[in-house]
Amino acid sequence: MENKTYEAKDFKKGQPRWCPGCGDHFFLASLQKAMAEIGIAPQDTAVISGIGCSSRLPHYMATYGMNTIHGRAAAIATGCKVANPKLTVWQVSGDGDGLAIGGNHFIHANRRNIDLNMILLNNRIYGLTKGQYSPTSPRGFVSKSSPYGTVEDPFRPAELCFGARGHFFARAVATDAAGTVEILKAAQAHKGASVCEILQNCVIFNDGTHASVYKPDDRKKNAIYLKHGEKMVFGENNEKGLVQDGFGIKVVTIGQDGYTMDDILVHDAHCEDNTLQLKLALMEGPDFPIALGVIRDVEAPTYNDAVEAQIEEVSSMKKYHNFEELLMTNDTWEVK
Amino acid sequence: MTENKQNVADVNDIVVRFTGDSGDGMQLAGNIFSTISATVGNSISTFPDYPADIRAPQGSLTGVSGFQVHIGADQVYTPGDKCDVLVAMNAAALKTQYKYAKSNATIIIDTDSFKQADLEKAQFQSEDYLGEMGIDPDRVVACPLTTMVKECLKDSGMDNKSIVKCRNMFALGLVCWLFDRDTTIAFNYLKEKFAKKPGVAEANIAVIQAGYDYGHNTHSTAQNVYRIETKEKKVGRYMDITGNKATAYGMIAAAEKAGLKLYLGSYPITPATDVLHELSKHKSLGVTTVQCEDEIAGCASAVGAAFAGALACTSTSGPGICLKSEAMNLAVIMELPLVVLDVQRGGPATGLPTKSEQTDLLQCLFGRNGESPMPVVAATSPTDCFDAAYMACKIALEHMTPVVLMTDAYIANGSAAWKLPKLAEYPAINPPYVTPEMKDTWTPYQRNAEGSRYWAVPGTEGFTHILGGLEKDNKTGAISTNPENHDLMTKLRQEKIDKIQVPDVEVIGDKDAELLIVGFGGTYGHLHAAMNEMRADGKKVALAHFKYINPLPKNTAEVLKRYKKVVVAEQNMGQFAGWLRMKVDNFVPYQFNEVKGQPFAVADLVASFTEIYNK
Repeated sequence: MENKTYEAKDFKKGQPRWCPGCGDHFFLASLQKAMAEIGIAPQDTAVISGIGCSSRLPHYMATYGMNTIHGRAAAIATGCKVANPKLTVWQVSGDGDGLAIGGNHFIHANRRNIDLNMILLNNRIYGLTKGQYSPTSPRGFVSKSSPYGTVEDPFRPAELCFGARGHFFARAVATDAAGTVEILKAAQAHKGASVCEILQNCVIFNDGTHASVYKPDDRKKNAIYLKHGEKMVFGENNEKGLVQDGFGIKVVTIGQDGYTMDDILVHDAHCEDNTLQLKLALMEGPDFPIALGVIRDVEAPTYNDAVEAQIEEVSSMKKYHNFEELLMTNDTWEVK
Repeated sequence: MTENKQNVADVNDIVVRFTGDSGDGMQLAGNIFSTISATVGNSISTFPDYPADIRAPQGSLTGVSGFQVHIGADQVYTPGDKCDVLVAMNAAALKTQYKYAKSNATIIIDTDSFKQADLEKAQFQSEDYLGEMGIDPDRVVACPLTTMVKECLKDSGMDNKSIVKCRNMFALGLVCWLFDRDTTIAFNYLKEKFAKKPGVAEANIAVIQAGYDYGHNTHSTAQNVYRIETKEKKVGRYMDITGNKATAYGMIAAAEKAGLKLYLGSYPITPATDVLHELSKHKSLGVTTVQCEDEIAGCASAVGAAFAGALACTSTSGPGICLKSEAMNLAVIMELPLVVLDVQRGGPATGLPTKSEQTDLLQCLFGRNGESPMPVVAATSPTDCFDAAYMACKIALEHMTPVVLMTDAYIANGSAAWKLPKLAEYPAINPPYVTPEMKDTWTPYQRNAEGSRYWAVPGTEGFTHILGGLEKDNKTGAISTNPENHDLMTKLRQEKIDKIQVPDVEVIGDKDAELLIVGFGGTYGHLHAAMNEMRADGKKVALAHFKYINPLPKNTAEVLKRYKKVVVAEQNMGQFAGWLRMKVDNFVPYQFNEVKGQPFAVADLVASFTEIYNK
C-alpha cells in the first residue's frame, strides 16, 4: 500500500444545512481534520448515523456511509464492522438517537466491545422534531413536551457506558477543535468500542446548555483536561487540582489548606478498575470542573477480532471447508 | 427376516407416532426409525409435535411430546393425518395422543407407566383406561417396558436414571419388529452417535434388540407384521433433513456460489432458532452469526453487513418480523440485498409459538410504511427450503433488494429424505457490482437493464457514497423531496420487483380438471395428497401450488382462469386468495381456510373439496 497522506478537504462533501452556530458544524470540521491526521483512506472509512439533526452528518462526508433509521446506527454499524473488519467504522448519534430509542444498541455495542468509534453529540434536546426534552435533559427541564418541567432524571452517558462495561470514554466540547481532534484520534487508536461524548449547543431549542465550558476562557475555569499520566490540575493559572477525599474526590487550591502538588492525583486512563474514572466523568459544576479528554482507555479483546480468530481456529480444526464437504458430514445413505 | 412370523402384510404406506414425556426421547426414536426406513429406499415425511413447555411436570397432560413419521413405498407428501401405530410411553400420552390414531391402529403402551399415580395425573377416572378411551384391548401391545429395560441392563453397571432413559430404544426395537426393519442400521447409527461413549451405544443396542425380540416372542398380541417394499427407487445419495436445516444450507450454498461471506444477524425465537443454531456451527465455511440484543438489531446489523458487502440474512418468526419491519424498509429504500426468513408460527402476538400457520403472508407483503415492494418466496416442503432459500438469496443479490423467505413451523421442523444436491447444477449468482470503467460517471441510483442499482462495496476506490432512509434524487443520489423525483423513485422501486423473472406456476393433475386446488408454501404436501385421493376416487382435479408470491408467476392469471372451479386453501383467513384477487381481475375462488396451528388433515381437505366439486 502506498503511504498516501490526506487533508481535511479529502473528507469533505456538500454544504451542511444545519442552523448557523449549531455545534454540528464545529464537530464536522474536527472529524474531517481528525480523519486526515489518522490517514485512513476515505474508501476504507464508513460513517453511519441514525436519525436527528446530527445524523445528517454522513451526507457531508466523502467516505462510504449511511444515514439510517432512528436509533439503529450502532446495530447497523455492528453488522458493517463484523462483516467487513477492514473498514474503519464511525457511528454518529445524537442524545435521542443514541440513548433513547437506540439505548439498547448503545449498551450492547459497548458490552460486546465492537471496534467502533461511537460519537455521541449531546445537546440535551430533540432538535429535528423541534424542541422536546431528551434522555440527557436535566430534571425539571422545560421544553415543548414538558411545559411544567420534566419529572425524570437524565442518563449520564459515561455512567451508561461504564455500566455496559465500556472500555473507552472521552469527552470534548464541540467548539474546542483541538480537544475534539485529540479524543477522536485516541478513539481511533483504541481497539474496541470507543465512546466520545461531544458537548454541543443547540442555538434554537437549547441555547447555552453547555455555556459553562463553551468558550475557551470559561473552560479554563470550569473544565479540566485529563491526560493519562499527568497531574489533574485546572484553573486560569492551573492553580487548582483534584485530590482524593475519603471515598471521593475534591477540588483544592494548590498551596492552600496544606495541599501541595504532591497531593494532586495523577490521571490513569488505563486503570482497569473504573471507579475513579467514573467519579471524574460524573463531575459537574459549580463545585467541580467538567472532565474533558480521554477519561478511560483500557485494552480489552474486541468482538470482531474474536469472531475472526474463532473462524480461523475452527477452520483449522474442521475437515469441511465448502458446501459439498459439509453435506458429507451428515449421516447419508445410498439408494442403489 | 420375516420367517417365523405369522401374518406378513404388504402395505403401501404406514404412519407411526411415537409419544411420551418430553424427556422420554421420542424424537430420537422417531428419527432413527425414519432413517432406517429411508435407508432401504422408502419415502419418508416426519413431523415432530413439541409441547410449548420446556419440561412440564413428569407424566402431565401438557408435557407430552410426539414424533410422527409417514413411510411409503411410493412418494409420501405429508406426515399423515392419523397413525397406524401409536407408541404411548405413559398414561398422559395415551390420553392426549389417541385422537391421532386410526380406529384400527396398533397401540403400544408401557404398562409400568399406567400405575395409579400415572392414571391420576393423566386424569383417568378408573383403572380401566382402555375402556374409558374406547380402545379394543386386542389392538394393544401392553408390555411392562420399563421392567424389561431394567432387566436387560441390570448387569450394565449403569445407574437407574440412565437405564430408564433407554426405554425409547425398547419401543423402537418393538416397532422395528412390527415393520420388519433391519435393526443393524439402527445399531450403526448409535455406534456413530455415541462413538465417544461405547458403553451407552452398547446399552441402547441391547435394549433395541430386547424390544425386537419381545415383539418376535409375543407376536400373537399384534395382528400383523407390515412390510413396505419400495416401488420405484430414485438412485443417489440421500440424507434426512429438516426444513430449518435445509434453509441454512441453502443460504450457505448461495453464499459459496456468489463468492460472498454469509452473515446472519438473529435473535432466538421459536420456531426459527434452529437456523441460527445450524449456521453458528459452520465457522469453517466462514459463516458469521451474531446473536443480537433484539430482533431489531438482528435485521439492522444484517443491513450493515449487506452494505459492507456480505450475503446478509436475518432469521425470525412473525413477531420478529413486526420488529424488523423498519430495518427491512431501510433495505428497500437503500436497495441493498437482504434475506429475511420468516418461519411462521401461530399468531397474533405471541400466539402459538410451537405451532404452524400461514398467517404472516400479508405482513410480509405489506407490513411496512410507504410503498415498500419486496419479493416474497414461500418454501413448499422441508427439502424445498433449500431451493427456496437459494433462490431468495439469488434474487436479493442480483436485484439489490430485501427478499422475504417464508417457511412455517410445520415444514421447518418436519423432515424428509433429501437427495444431496450438486452446487454446480444450481444457477450462477451474479450481483450487479460496479466496474472500474464506471468510476467517473457512476451515481448511487444508476440502474442496469433490470432496474437494479449497482453494488459499490466499501473499500472500493472511486465509489464512496452515502445511502440512507431519506428519499434520494434519482440522478445524483442526494437527499431529495422533489415531488416528481419521489413519484419516479417509487415507481422505479416497484418496477424493479415486477421485472424479476420467476418460473411459471406448474399445474399437476388432470388437464381437464373440474376443480383446481390452489395453495402456497408449506401446505403443498397436504394439498397434493388431497388431490391424489380425489383423483383415485375418479374425480378430475388439478393443483397449482405457488412458491413465488411476489412477483407472481407470469402465467398466474391464465392458470386461474383456465378452470371452472378454483379453491384456494390456506392456513389463514384468506390472505393468499385476497392477494390473487388483487392481482387477477374477476377472480372469485372458493376458499378453504383453517387456522388451527396444525397441519391440514388430508381427510378434511378431501371432504371439503369434494363438496365444492359436487356443487
